[in-house]
Amino acid sequence: MSRQISFDLNGNETSLEIEDHWTLLYLLREKLGLTGTKEGCGSGECGACTVIVDGAAINTCLYLAVEVEGKTVLTIEGLASPNGDLHPMQKSFIENGGIQCGYCSPGMILSATALLEENAAPDDDEIKHAIAGNICRCTGYVQIIDAIKRTSQPETEKVKVVAWQSDTGNK
Amino acid sequence: MLANGTTKIASKLAPTINDRHLLRIYDSAPFKSCEKPMTNVYIVGQRVSKLAAAEKATGRSKYIQDVTLPGMLHGKILYSKYPHARIVNIDTSRAKKLQGVRVVLTGEDIPAIRMGVYKDNPPLKAGKVRSYRDEVAAVAATDPAIAEEALNLIEVTYEALPAVFDPETAMQKDAPLVHEAHKTNILKMPWKLHYGDVDAARKEAAHIVEDRFSATWVTHCCLGTSGSIADFDYDNHLTVYSNTQIPSLAQKDFLGTVKALGLKNRRVRVVKPCIGGAFGSKLDTYAYEHVAILLAFHARKPVRILFDRKEEFIATSTRQPAIMDIAQGCDENGKLLFRDITMILDNGAYTSWGATTPSVMMMPISTLYRVPNVRYQASCVYTNNTYAQAMRGYGNPQATFAIESSIDMLARAAGIDPVEFRRINANQPSEVSPQGFRITTCGLTECIDRVAHEIGADDVKKKGEGIGYASLIHVGGGARVYKSDGCGTLMKINDYGKVDVFTGATDMGQGADTVIAQLVAEELGLHIDDIHVIHTDTDVCPWDVGAHASRTTFIAGNSALGAAKKLKEQIVKIASQTLDVDPQQIELNDRMAIFREDTEKNIDLGKLLRKTHFSPGGNMLMAEYFYDPDNENLGRDFKGNLSMTYTFGTHGARVKVDEETGKVEILNYVAAHDVGRAINPMLLEGQVYGGVMMGIGYALTEQVQLEKGEIMNPNFRDYKVLTAKDTVPIEAPILETTDPDGPYGAKGIGEPGCVPTAPAIANAIYDAVGVRIKDLPITPERVLAALKRKKGIDSCGIDPLTEKEYDCT
Repeated sequence: MSRQISFDLNGNETSLEIEDHWTLLYLLREKLGLTGTKEGCGSGECGACTVIVDGAAINTCLYLAVEVEGKTVLTIEGLASPNGDLHPMQKSFIENGGIQCGYCSPGMILSATALLEENAAPDDDEIKHAIAGNICRCTGYVQIIDAIKRTSQPETEKVKVVAWQSDTGNK
Repeated sequence: MLANGTTKIASKLAPTINDRHLLRIYDSAPFKSCEKPMTNVYIVGQRVSKLAAAEKATGRSKYIQDVTLPGMLHGKILYSKYPHARIVNIDTSRAKKLQGVRVVLTGEDIPAIRMGVYKDNPPLKAGKVRSYRDEVAAVAATDPAIAEEALNLIEVTYEALPAVFDPETAMQKDAPLVHEAHKTNILKMPWKLHYGDVDAARKEAAHIVEDRFSATWVTHCCLGTSGSIADFDYDNHLTVYSNTQIPSLAQKDFLGTVKALGLKNRRVRVVKPCIGGAFGSKLDTYAYEHVAILLAFHARKPVRILFDRKEEFIATSTRQPAIMDIAQGCDENGKLLFRDITMILDNGAYTSWGATTPSVMMMPISTLYRVPNVRYQASCVYTNNTYAQAMRGYGNPQATFAIESSIDMLARAAGIDPVEFRRINANQPSEVSPQGFRITTCGLTECIDRVAHEIGADDVKKKGEGIGYASLIHVGGGARVYKSDGCGTLMKINDYGKVDVFTGATDMGQGADTVIAQLVAEELGLHIDDIHVIHTDTDVCPWDVGAHASRTTFIAGNSALGAAKKLKEQIVKIASQTLDVDPQQIELNDRMAIFREDTEKNIDLGKLLRKTHFSPGGNMLMAEYFYDPDNENLGRDFKGNLSMTYTFGTHGARVKVDEETGKVEILNYVAAHDVGRAINPMLLEGQVYGGVMMGIGYALTEQVQLEKGEIMNPNFRDYKVLTAKDTVPIEAPILETTDPDGPYGAKGIGEPGCVPTAPAIANAIYDAVGVRIKDLPITPERVLAALKRKKGIDSCGIDPLTEKEYDCT
């Protein structure tokens, strides 16, 4: 069965007809062309499809599109300012090596953003807990956690360790 | 700041340059001071953000999942319902009648195409199936759901055949044959390395340890699943959009399929969308890519095949499982005398690069530490399991698990501290190993010392805590496994001094694009955002053997540098003509051609280039370079200098073992690597952190569970990749030895992070509670069972994971 729904999508009032069985992931990717939301597993295990609905990070692959009626949906496409300025979380991921292949990045960034909306100064455990549902195979999470920490605590000292040199080469 | 608290300015010109940071910052390492400053550099050595990171952070990057073409059909593959069976009949009539279905193909409908190094794997199987993963039919339809429904309408009648799942059983004479025509299940790839006199050394040895280790199936778990789009144009030239680490070799494979379709003189173009992780999984072409081509050819429309997560687990390849018997001996002073190793590798039903991992295993076997006498033999065996492929480390993690666990046992048998034992046997710079590896730079001893220091070797350990070490050697300067180890670069500079670099390299997230841009910017005195790296299209990018063997920074980096040097020569030449000065006096810096004697003459690069372009008989500057390193294929005796240089490293783990539950907690982890030179320390650390976490998963949690050939855990709930909650404190000290052949001294570092992780942890567990776990993964069940055995409880029993019996001794 189909029905009409209305919701706020990235700051734009959106009204459209959907089928009852569509997931939010399907609606965003296949019908609205918002491919920044990724499908990694289709069963709520990897977090690649995370968006923020009414302030909470949710897995769109498990979330029916009908559920967004009257709600506010923020996808990765809507996170930067309309003028193109990156959100501090995006900036921090970019500057601190939080992105490698990038497939988990939209979901990871949105999970982290939702965390900071709720808790402006999370500790390490709270950060880890918030992104525990977002799998990343590339980074080992180290630089992601670092990026989130630096967004919430911009004064954190920059990493200083680079390299120590050897005189064993070139003999 | 440097270690001594002073700041070193890299160039006299430095103060005039605003946006190019000049300071290189070193930690206060107690081992080496920074007495020898390197050549003055600006962008090399900086924590430059990944070039495509903003595209990725904003959701703009297009992965194969995001690429669609007009009129595109959706392909799906039907897999076998048996691990080994004769296909009696396939009835596709109902599927063909379904509305929206355009093409249905079976193994009987396609030409002779064989994939893999051993050419034993057709993209659709005819006659019989040899594993659950076997592709028996494929459908292209207007919608993925219709294609799925069509698969359900295909009726396949099977006649089950006796199957074999254990490689040792498969080696026996009366075992069912996976490929009858092959006459035996043992692959005719005789991996044998032998030098010195192992038997004599064994007699001479003061201490000998001997044991069996095993490593199981694990898989890459790329977040972006596999997929491919095939599209023929009107003249039957083919474009394939695919996640691949080997664009040039894939192009060759796809051309083979095009030829098999009877099409002569056709072009194949391979386009790489953004790759959602690779880790070796995309080093071969797979059935789905060839099937997409076959479907597209018959449909006369583009066809996309996309894997879902379950399919990704079931139909992509694993790391090669290995059973490893190892004996090592040393003299009374702890000097290694011999290594004697026999391995059996489960090849699965077909042969991909997994079968060649013994060639890489030879590297740690012969050259991780100095070993004067070595005997190694490996057999790859067909079974009715899923087939193995390349995965980060390419055999090295398996071999290093056995070697470094055994080294620990030997050190203890000899009564020598494990750190000291490793130091005694450490490789040194400028030596040639008996396998013929010419080691240039080598910071292994320093890595060992550094790790021992950082992990707190001398600190008091609490009850249940232990420290373990393991080192690694890996190819760091390419690896000549194919006929060529080369990579090409084309380069052009426009009227505004912006450079397009067309490279054969593949970026799959590791940062190849960024490192290449840094090297080129450094060489040409440009800024990082002046460089545009194009690495996605075989129509414009030169040949490259692939993103394997941790080779891209070294090989593609040297190739890019070669082209940049040629371009620089041209720029300097036109500058010297324009400024009327000696070319020797001209430097390129900060987007300018600089004449030191008279800075009034300095000229903006764009201005210089426009002047050259728009003068009569104008000229625009371009350069090309093909770099093929001076390394060697292994000979028939498996000797030769495989790589231009070798990367070394040592890992240390401090763990706590709960004796009640068998749970292992990693309290601290240190991974020190000799990387030659860190072109981009941030990306480099990202490779190490990611590798280490992958290695910890390999050590403790990950296993593709096969039950009579069927994968039982094809999802992230049951296959345990580590999450953020499982992270451990990791230190990744970088040692720079400045390799003479590397681009600005760099060596490869893509794979090493996951190579010695498992043995470092296994050795720490032994140090903590005195039990030696010899099978991966080291689950709490295994630790607990071993603890019980040690205490005399349940002294014989069943291994909880392999369900094999222990010896009742």
